[in-house]
Amino acid sequence: MQLNRDDMLRAYRQMRTIRAFEERVHTEFAAGGIPGFVHLYAGEEASAAGVCLHLTERDVIASTHRGHGHCIAKGCDVKAMMQEIYGRKDGLCAGKGGSMHIADIAKGMLGANGIVGGGPPLVCGAALTAKLLKTGGVGIAFCGDGGSNQGTTAEAMNLASVWKLPAVFVIEDNGYAESTASGWSVGGDQVRRAEGYGMPGVRVDGRDFFAVHEAAGEAIARARAGEGPSLLHLKLERFFGHFEGDAMTYRAPDEIAKLRAERDCLTLFRRRVTGAGLLDASALDAVDRETAELIEEAVAEAKAAPFPPPAELLTDVYAAY
Amino acid sequence: MAKKSFRQAINEALRQEMDRDPTVVLMGEDVAGGAGAPGEDDAWGGPLGVTKGLMPRFGRERVFDTPITESAFIGCAAGAAATGLRPVADLMFVDFMGVCFDQIFNQAAKFRYMFGGKAKTPLVIRTMYGAGFRAASQHSQCLYPIFTHIPGLKVVIPSSPYEAKGLMIQAIRDDDPVIFFEHKVMYDDEEEVPDEPYVIPFGEANFLRDGEDVTIVALGRMVKFAVQASDILEKEGIESTVLDPRTTSPLDIASILESVGETGRLVVVDEASPRCNMATDISAQVAEQAFDALKAPIRMVSPPHVPVPFSPSLEDEFLPSPEKIAASVRAVMEAPARRAAA
Repeated sequence: MQLNRDDMLRAYRQMRTIRAFEERVHTEFAAGGIPGFVHLYAGEEASAAGVCLHLTERDVIASTHRGHGHCIAKGCDVKAMMQEIYGRKDGLCAGKGGSMHIADIAKGMLGANGIVGGGPPLVCGAALTAKLLKTGGVGIAFCGDGGSNQGTTAEAMNLASVWKLPAVFVIEDNGYAESTASGWSVGGDQVRRAEGYGMPGVRVDGRDFFAVHEAAGEAIARARAGEGPSLLHLKLERFFGHFEGDAMTYRAPDEIAKLRAERDCLTLFRRRVTGAGLLDASALDAVDRETAELIEEAVAEAKAAPFPPPAELLTDVYAAY
Repeated sequence: MAKKSFRQAINEALRQEMDRDPTVVLMGEDVAGGAGAPGEDDAWGGPLGVTKGLMPRFGRERVFDTPITESAFIGCAAGAAATGLRPVADLMFVDFMGVCFDQIFNQAAKFRYMFGGKAKTPLVIRTMYGAGFRAASQHSQCLYPIFTHIPGLKVVIPSSPYEAKGLMIQAIRDDDPVIFFEHKVMYDDEEEVPDEPYVIPFGEANFLRDGEDVTIVALGRMVKFAVQASDILEKEGIESTVLDPRTTSPLDIASILESVGETGRLVVVDEASPRCNMATDISAQVAEQAFDALKAPIRMVSPPHVPVPFSPSLEDEFLPSPEKIAASVRAVMEAPARRAAA
């Protein structure tokens, strides 16, 4: 799929929004304003943006612990997301989900997931719905290198293959399952696992938006054409810990500084598009400014927003009981 | 009205709902049977024949044989329910929940609450439970208390063919995830079942006997045993009310409290293992809310705290029976009257 100027600006805006969102959540969490657990996506933006640029609301994604980026790329309201992470009444999930369960079904975002490997079977269901109701939609299961080792992921890949579901399994391999290196924890490799389940699998540089976008485009087109599931294995980088507060002593002392200097997907994107004369730096700078303002507003509004009243404790358990 | 078996009643409910609503689909291991095999299609029609004939009627576009992959297809059913279908998934034996429980209790059960009320998950999981089939420890458990424990799930335990049809139709039309328990030794039980579709609402207990001496609450297969016990006791001059809650979530505790208010005595019969089961739960709620109404200590009739055994002599000893229920009722009747609160 050829990308025009608007597509590229949209992709950059998504990636920059995710980065600004996550950097700010990092700071605010350290300052003590955010309850619970958060797992940040900074460094992995090219994956969410590269895949989701192909999607509309008829398409459904399921995410991971590290779900903010997928939410933003799938079109969830950024201010409502920030309110959710702060546990406020008007958050995306009315303050009942938080960072690990952030979702917006109307947007085709079936949730971050507090369970590693929780999403892939659900995506089989979304893909089955799309197939039976002939919506033309696809289901995308984002999954980490940790989640790729869960039985649920293996079972979902098999079922998607047997039923020829319009599904894509996107393994975001950031090198660590919690504190354990993926090089140690993955037996064999995921692309060959795809081959084992009878689906195409490709390994892509997950820092390269354009490479991700192209590979995802092929997999999604194949799914929409009724040819069944595919797998993408994206090698990418995580700039923060597994969770906020992770001391990351398992990483090399200078590892993150080096990654930020040499392997930042946003820097790479900017260099590529300005170098080739596709976008000028001033347009990107404008996006940076607008994004910073949006996040500033989102945080200010979230901090000022009311918490859910106690009566909300008991609502929304059932549709009817 | 024709007599129908428990098996036929459920089959009819599924067929009528699939006729009515094209988004109702079935999936599970061998729900048709014979997928990809050289012999007959619809070879099994479900592990015990409950879904026989549905695949020929609705096609493999709506009746899906699955690989043996409970995590994938139970999760798939949950995801499909959240995105626009009304799947009925067949988790063959409830004992198999161990390999797919996450998709039920962390995913399907919690979507609505976690997503701030914006999700709807009209999912039915059919599953077989219970002892008496000589199927031993891994194919005979009840386990419905575990599902009852989870907010977001509804739990249905029909006690007869008539009940099964009406409760299944309600389960399919319900917008919440429902776990539908079918006792495997009840499939050939017969009674009169209307041909037309009908609904039995959840959370409304059914009274099968009306007596003023004692209330017997029983679930699933135990309802029949409780009625038999009630008939034995009647000949001895003990009048009992027999109450079937039908669903453990929601639970019609109001009807139980009302009945205990009238009789002052309670026996709860539950085939599930005795710790943290429905008998303990109902007893605790009655003790908390109707202590002053009780004339005698509550008695619970459940199996001992052991896995379900294989040998017929052991399994028969394991299970509650009408005689064991009657003995507990006699004990409650003979208990010295409780000293009235000062």
